[in-house]
Formats: sequence, structure tokens, C-alpha cells
Amino acid sequence: MAASDYEATIGLEVHAELLTQTKLFCSCPTRFGAEPNTHTCPVCIGMPGVLPVMNRKAFELTLKTALALECEIPEELNFDRKNYYYPDLPKNYQISQNYLNIGAKGRLEILVDGEKKEIGIWNVHLEEDAGKNMHGEGPDADYSLVDLNRTGTPLMEIVSAPDMHTPEEVEAYCKTLRNTLLYLNVSDCKMQEGSLRFEPGISVRKKDDPELGKRVEIKNLGSITAAVKAVEYEIERQIQVLEEGGTIPQETRLWDVDHNRSERMRSKESSHDYRYFPEPDLVWFSTDEAWLGKIRKTLPELPTAKRMRFMADFGLSDYDAGVLADDQSLAQYYEDCLAHNDNAKGLANWIINDVLRAVNEKGITLDEYGVQPEALAALVKIVDSGTLSVAQGREVLADVAATGKPPEEIIKEKGLEQVSDEDELTSVVEQVLAANPKAAEDIKAGKKKAMGFLIGQVMRETQGKANAKVVGPLIEKLLSS
Amino acid sequence: MELHELSAVDIHSKVTSRELSAVEIAKASLGRIAALDPKIKAFAHVDETLVLAVAESVDKKIASGKPVGRLAGVPVALKDNMCAMGQPATCSSKILEHFVPPYDAHVVERLKAEDAVVVGKTNMDEFAMGSSTENSGFFTTHNPWDLERVPGGSSGGSAAAVAAGMVPLALGSDTGGSIRQPAGFCSIDGMKPTYGRVSRYGLIAFASSLDQIGPLARNIADTALLLEVISAPDRRDSTCVDLAVPPYTEEIGQAPQGLKIGVPKEFFGEGIEPEVDAAVRAAIDVYSDLGAEVIDISLPHSEYCVATYYIVATAEASSNLARYDGVHYGHRSSQCGNIIEMYSATRAEGFGDEVKRRIMLGTFALSSGYYDAYYLRASKVRNLIKMDFDAAFEKVDVVLCPTSPTAPFKAGERTDDPLQMYLSDIFTISVNLAGISGISVPCGFTQAGLPIGLQIIGKHFDETTVLRVAKLFEDRTDHHTRRPEIAE
Repeated sequence: MAASDYEATIGLEVHAELLTQTKLFCSCPTRFGAEPNTHTCPVCIGMPGVLPVMNRKAFELTLKTALALECEIPEELNFDRKNYYYPDLPKNYQISQNYLNIGAKGRLEILVDGEKKEIGIWNVHLEEDAGKNMHGEGPDADYSLVDLNRTGTPLMEIVSAPDMHTPEEVEAYCKTLRNTLLYLNVSDCKMQEGSLRFEPGISVRKKDDPELGKRVEIKNLGSITAAVKAVEYEIERQIQVLEEGGTIPQETRLWDVDHNRSERMRSKESSHDYRYFPEPDLVWFSTDEAWLGKIRKTLPELPTAKRMRFMADFGLSDYDAGVLADDQSLAQYYEDCLAHNDNAKGLANWIINDVLRAVNEKGITLDEYGVQPEALAALVKIVDSGTLSVAQGREVLADVAATGKPPEEIIKEKGLEQVSDEDELTSVVEQVLAANPKAAEDIKAGKKKAMGFLIGQVMRETQGKANAKVVGPLIEKLLSS
Repeated sequence: MELHELSAVDIHSKVTSRELSAVEIAKASLGRIAALDPKIKAFAHVDETLVLAVAESVDKKIASGKPVGRLAGVPVALKDNMCAMGQPATCSSKILEHFVPPYDAHVVERLKAEDAVVVGKTNMDEFAMGSSTENSGFFTTHNPWDLERVPGGSSGGSAAAVAAGMVPLALGSDTGGSIRQPAGFCSIDGMKPTYGRVSRYGLIAFASSLDQIGPLARNIADTALLLEVISAPDRRDSTCVDLAVPPYTEEIGQAPQGLKIGVPKEFFGEGIEPEVDAAVRAAIDVYSDLGAEVIDISLPHSEYCVATYYIVATAEASSNLARYDGVHYGHRSSQCGNIIEMYSATRAEGFGDEVKRRIMLGTFALSSGYYDAYYLRASKVRNLIKMDFDAAFEKVDVVLCPTSPTAPFKAGERTDDPLQMYLSDIFTISVNLAGISGISVPCGFTQAGLPIGLQIIGKHFDETTVLRVAKLFEDRTDHHTRRPEIAE
């Protein structure tokens, strides 16, 4: 059988660290990169006798995400304990949610090749992060160290339905979800700092098989690229095993980023029984409509909706709309420009080709780039009117970025205004024709090749200010009169 | 009157009026401990230097004319599952033998704020699991009324220390009767407040949804005083209710009017020693003689209390005690080659049999496939038990019953029979499951001279009525004035 006879079924668990100043159940800071065990207190290191106190902000950010993902929100909520032993988990239980989640039965729309697809969200819940084990290095190392700085950091888990079937869909889902979280301002999504982590569950079956295959979970994926690679690898691996007559056991595998392959971590038999039960140290709290309504009011238009609106309202391509809508500040910039200039396509091109390139090349933010939307809108208008060539426009844009001056001022300073006025150009053209009688004769005889030369001469005489589009017809007009 | 006989209220007034110094009181307390504790073994740790230093600072404060707190110079003992900064907190467990918390429990902060003198930490059943203090990982405490008998538990050390006059006040914790049962066994007052009345911050957890700290004392005025001091809202405990604390010390001055007393039929009858039954019925007669209306009531789900309790409490305990694994603090076994072996060996060496038994019970009750049949069902029955009390309190102000079905039993008598031991708490457990308050007060003695306790149970956050009803009894009887021979 060929690979195309198989179908993969993929669901994703995504963990996002929330943008709070303090931890989920104590007031230790959540800042990344401090000396080990400096951001700790008796509560987050689980000393005997301490109790958790919930961080309301973390709860609200999760609630906001759940609402944005169109989840159902239970009226009464609590936390559960997830029991397992690990040195980076000082209480040997994690305060999480199992029986009830902050949000359930939601959805996220993604675009794959311009096609809209809906991915179900099983639940959105809140839990505390664990610490980090660091194992002694070298062959003689017989110790491990534990850093508890991250312990207790608020972590939001978003569990999707197994609605994806291809690596492309996984990529679109991960990117859309990441952009959504950034839009909502609930997580910084800094993957290099572990703020966003992915755990796909993948099974493969023959297309005509009514039963799903055994699910394999992949852990240790700290970037979208790694998640997509791992999914590609796993689909291929499972198909190969099945093709060779083997079976896929339900198991958890660990992704090896350096070698782009996965290794078995544990089988289902050795998987944990987490013995969930309601966390008795925290009280139940209600999500009344007043609270939810207040949060709903803060929800922005989400990336996919924005992208589709850009396509429908402004006639942008799927790609261009995606580039603009992926980044909330860029999309805002685009719409701010549109307030001053209604050439939606033209502005999109300028932003994607020129603004974005400059920003990326310099590694700066849009704010740091320094070209106000009004300025870009004005400049594009000038270019569109033919006063500047596109090349000149780019030159001016660079100067606006460097100096912060309005484009009109720079054009004046540089004397870049293109001359399109026929009356102004007639005397120059007449001079050029008089000085080049042979070329003039050639054109009269129908030899159009000479035209380029004559226009070039006019440009030289006007230091490039003449509008070539006006000069050509003017030459023909003067010669035929 | 000897110094050790003074009540907390008396000590406060004599120390603040400078009739006596806090140091004299502290020395008297330390002297009593030195004289009696080798036989009773109520205390696990006493730091004499620290005690005298604290007492001295209270005296200085008074001498300088500064205002002092409501417990100025009063010696208080702490059960060894409450954290006091810089002092050991072992829970009478080998696994925490060398654990010294870097913070004060909320109740300890409150005691310090009121200028009390914490004299030491008292022995208990390991992690508060037990009814005799025989489960201590270190030694057994003896009942001051009969050294061959148990003082009850798990707050046996605190109860024995108060009964023997080593301290006028002690704090205990009560998860299923651990304050009231030893108070009954030692013939003193011991109160479990409503769940949420006293912050659990700094109380080393046994079963989080049941644990509550409460006072042990030799009279109701002292009990009310200590309760008033420790009951303050605390944001560090989410389950602690943000309610204004009533002035119990004033409110007990007023006798309850038109009192209606409920007597549950389920708490009398089979399994109760006849002398206990007779003493409690006599106590009820005292109230009816005073004009109280005595009403027969039913708490129909009482027969499920013990079963429900041993699922809920052990489930929570199995999780609460998971942190004692040798990684971060406490005992770590040297017999291990890898992390799993270290966990196993550390816990095998560090925990006693009863603690292991309960961890296993609780782990089982929460296991996948059993959760619904055990933990979830127990939670539902717990709600029914609570509703029983709600219904009863529609008709009555308080419920009266024995604290324990028996008088203090002999040490070793029940250690091989955990189920028999669990029945010691049959009348106290339901109060924890329902989250309400209850007190044990002395109500007589057996012919052999062993104490009998009367339990008074009240509504949610109605400690005032419970204390008033207790005071009414105290005013009409003299059981509370009797002292054990060893303490004479």
C-alpha cells in the first residue's frame, strides 16, 4: 500500500505560560532567567503547612482565552490535584483542573491553503508549572539539581480535538493559536524561553478502517517547527511500521531536536494513574455573567477573522492577508494607513515588501521603525499620482524612517518631485530633438528603438525629474506636429 | 493558689498589673514540665532559654508602659504540627525529625501578637493520625489521670500538658476528633471551631478539608479567650472565612435563652460504656433542670460517618503526605541507588505503620476505576451528613452527645486493632465532615476515676452558643475543678 492509503488523526495539547507578574499560588515573580532557586518561597516549594492562594489575574487570562475560543464556561469552578512523583514537583502533586475546566467545547478557525477549517477545542484549563531538573554532567556525575524558579508559574493548557490530519493543518493550528494568544495578550509565546510548548497525539489508520489507530504522544516540542517535524516524522514512522506488518503500541515518545527523531519514553502500561481529586485547599468560585461580560468586552477581532476580512473587504490574496493579520501590530498599522489612503492593495504591497523587510532586516519593532501610518499613506499616494517613481518612493521611505520627517519635506529637500507637466517639459524636449536630428528622423520613419535614447537624453537634461511616462508621448506629439 | 493552677485570664491580669512577672509564670510552667513530664511525656520540644527570653521581653514591654496583648505572659503549648519559625515541627514523625520551618503559622503569629509565651511543642499521633498518641514516631504520652492509660489523640500531648497543669492553654488540631477526644480523656475543655474559622496556614496538613486548629484549656473563659485570639481572617488560607470574630470572652457572660437541646438517638445505645452513657444523660438532666427543652432528634446517616471519614481523610492525606519524599527536606534514606528507590526507602523508613496504612487506603480510594465508588460516593454521603445536621439545627440550638463511647483505655489495648481504635472517634467525626463546631467539656468520672467528656455541637460559625451552653454546665457543676492526683 502507498502512504496515500493512510490517514493520520492528530490532536494537540498546547501549554502557554501566562503573562502574570507573579506565580499562580504565591507572590513570587515569574521572570525568566534568574539564578536558580531565587524566585521561591515556602508556598511554591511546597513546604509543610503552606497553602495556595489563587492568582486572580491568571484565572482571568485563561477565562479570556476560553471565551475567545468560544468555549462553554461552567458557572462554578475549582481546581483538582494531579498526583505524581517527580523531583521538580515539590508537593508531588500539581494543582490543575480535570473534572471541570475553565472552558470546554470551544473551537478555533484556521486557514489551510486558503480553505477555512474548524478545529474543536476540548478544553482550556489552568495549572501550575513544574520546576526544572538539571542532571550532573560528565561520566562521574552522580547527582541531579533542581531549580524551582519556574515551579508554580501559571500555565494554561489548551487541548484540541483530534481534528487535524496533516502536518500542514498542525502548522496552521499552532500558528493561529499562537497568534490568537498574542492578540489576546495572555502569553508572550516566547518559545525559546519555554513559554509555549506543544504535545501532539498522533494515530494513523488505513483510510477504509473504521477504527482509529493507537495514539502516540510526543513530548519535548518547544517550537512550531519542531512540532511540525515531529508530526511528519511520526506519521511516516507509523505508516512504515504498519506497512511492515507491525503494530503501533499506545505510548509516549520524546522528540530529539538534534537528530529529528523520536524515542520511546514510556508505554501505556507504565503510564501514571494521576488519582485526580478536587483540591481541598482552594475554594470554589463562580464565573458570574457580570465578570464574563466585562472580559468579553476586551476580546479583539481574532487573526483568522481579520485575515478573512482583509481578503473579502480589500481584495488581498490569502498570503498577503495572512502576513498582515498574523501580527496584531502590523494589522493595526495597515488599518491605520487605510484611514488616510484607500489603496488597500497598494498599501499592503508597500507594507509587506518594504516596511516588513526593513523591520526584519534591522530586527526592530514597528514602533522603532518610526514611519507613522499617515506618512506611509501619504507617500504611497504621491507615488500613485506619478509624482515619484517607485524607486524614488523607496528612497524617500528610507529617509522618512531614518529622520522621522514627513515624506513631502524629504521630497522637497531632495528635489525629487517628478515633472509631469507637458508645458514645463516641452522646451527641454524641443532642445533634445534639435540636438539629435538623426534620432528624431528615425522615429518619424517608424524606428521606435530611438525612443529610449531620446527619453534618456531628456532625463539627463532634467536630472531625472522628468516623468518618463509623459516624456515618450510628448516626443511623438512634437514630432508629428 | 499555686502558680500552675492559675487560669490564662488570671495570669494576664496578674502579669499586666505587675503582681507577677511573665518570667515567674514561665519558670513555674517550665518547673512543672521538668517535674511531671518525665512521667507524662506530653512535650516533644521545649527550649527553656527561648521561653525565658520571650517572657522577659513581655515583662520589659509591660515595664516600659507599652500596651500588651490579651495573652501577655500566658504560657501556651503548641501541637507539633504547627510551624513556629526556627523551632522543630516534626508532626511526631521520623520523616520530619529535623525539619525546622522558616515561617510562623497564622496561629503562632496571633499568639506572638498577643504576647503569649510559647513554651514548646507537644507530642501527637504521627501526622495527627490516631486517637491515643501511641502512633507518635518518638514516644507515647501518658494520661495524667492514669499513667497506664492513653491521653487520647491525636492532640494527646496538648491535652495532657493542660490537664497536668504544665500550661493553662494549648493548641491542638482536630480532623476527626483530635482535640475533643483527648480533652474528654483528660477532663479538660477542647474545642474544634467551625471549618474556616481559624486559618490553617502553617498547620501541617493531614486532611485539608477536615483539619481545624482549636483551643484546649481548663475552663470556658480561657477557651473563649484563646479562640478569640486565633480566629482572625487570613488571606493565606482560601478556606478561612472572612468573617468578623465575635467577642467570645464577652459573649459567654450571657446565658443562652430558651435553649433547645437535641439528643440524637444514633449517638446513644450500643457500643457506649454504661458509665459514659449515664454521665452524659446526667449532664442533659442538668440542662433540663435549668429549663432547657430537650428534644429527641435523628442524624440518620451517622452510621456512615466512620466509613466516609476514612475515605475522605485518607484520600487527602495520601496526597498531602506525598511531599515527604527525601528530595527537599526531612529524612532521606541512605539505602538507595536511584530516585524511585530513594522515594521508597525514605518513606518506608520515615513513616510509621498507621500513616502507611492510611496512605495506602487513600491512594486506593483515589485510584482510577475506584474513584467513583469510593471518593466520589464518600463526598456525596458527606453532604448527606451535613444535611442531617442542617435539619437538626432547624429544631435545636445545640446537639449533645458523648465525646467518646468509652473512658480512656489502656495503652497497647487497641494498637493491634485499628478498626477498634477508629471507633474512638465515632461521635466526633461527623462534626468534621459537616464542618461545624463542637466542644468537649468534663462531665464526670467513672468509678475508677477516669474522665468522661460531654460533647456540645453547634451550628456553622455559632461558636458563641456552644461556648455559652458549655459555660452554663461549667457554672452548675464542679467536674472541671477536679485535678489528677499526679498534678496535686
